[in-house]
Amino acid sequence: MRAPLELRDAVAVIRETRNPRDIVVPSMGSAREWMALGPTHELDLVLVPSAMGHATSFGLGLALAQPERRVIVLSGDGSLLMNLGTLVTIGSQAPPNLVVIVFVNGVYEVTGAQVTPAAAGRLAGAGSIDFRGIAKACGIRSVYGWSTLDEWRSGIEEALTACGPTVVILHVPVVPGAVGPRSPGPTSERAQRFMRALQRHEGA
Amino acid sequence: MFSGQQIASLFLELGVTHVVTVPDSTVGEWGDVMETTPGLAVVRVCREGEAWGIAGGLYLGGSTPVVLIQCTGLFESGDALRNVAHDWHLPILSVIGYRSYLNQMALPGDTCLTFTEPVLDAWRLEFRLITDVSQLPEVRSFLRECRQAARPGVVLIAEGRA
Repeated sequence: MRAPLELRDAVAVIRETRNPRDIVVPSMGSAREWMALGPTHELDLVLVPSAMGHATSFGLGLALAQPERRVIVLSGDGSLLMNLGTLVTIGSQAPPNLVVIVFVNGVYEVTGAQVTPAAAGRLAGAGSIDFRGIAKACGIRSVYGWSTLDEWRSGIEEALTACGPTVVILHVPVVPGAVGPRSPGPTSERAQRFMRALQRHEGA
Repeated sequence: MFSGQQIASLFLELGVTHVVTVPDSTVGEWGDVMETTPGLAVVRVCREGEAWGIAGGLYLGGSTPVVLIQCTGLFESGDALRNVAHDWHLPILSVIGYRSYLNQMALPGDTCLTFTEPVLDAWRLEFRLITDVSQLPEVRSFLRECRQAARPGVVLIAEGRA
């Protein structure tokens, strides 16, 4: 049996592969793991605190404002379910430089791993929610899905360089005892720092 | 109230680049003009909460967005605007339609008139209530002040029908 794709390992692959020009927007559990793996890049917008589900919206805005730069959003299935219409908006705007990576674990991890409605339905026998199918039906141009580390390592380059918008569905197990991410600092200062970094990187 | 052309021209004058919107019967009439106005991009969203996050990303990316929604969408989008305006301190401008303000018999029992202004106060968003077309200069000066001071601001447009 193949080993499952752990959230931290999946996030580590993104850290190794991202281009220094990329904007990365981690949120919720992925933000916790992103920060645990080392210092952040000046073009990382760690979206903590956030309105749950809105990292994709921030990412869409950034992608539209910075069309020459790739924007990678890290989200969860609970977050995506809270703002599912965002897939329609992203499909409609169709920014080729936006990549949304969704970690699917079936729970609201940071509030104590309560099951999402999608997982609750599956447990009750209603069948699985097909996030890849939803993304495709919303007009997302490139859609991928993996559930092992080897697959993710093999596929990430293609996913990040595909003509977007791109959605990547990664199935991961729940992190036992996981807590929410801590804010890495005052938001106002981080926002200003991020904007200055973007100006410095202009044309780079 | 105002024509789409008046609002589009005003937005261009203020340096607005993107209009992030969910339409209603009044502000929705401006959308077609904005979509054909060079220099303005319209981002149509599915639900108003989305609009604030997208506007936040646009602003951080160097653009100048305006959120254009109805007051019912304001009620829907509280957590998102709280995060953008207060957690992240992003000075997002918005134009919000005030449902039935000018014709209070249009929707008997409608509570938009009860809650809109108190909700804006509760979210600590400075606003100007606009009830007449003659107030276009006030809209211009208020939005310009907010932009220059880098603070959020709401223009509340009184609507005459539901």
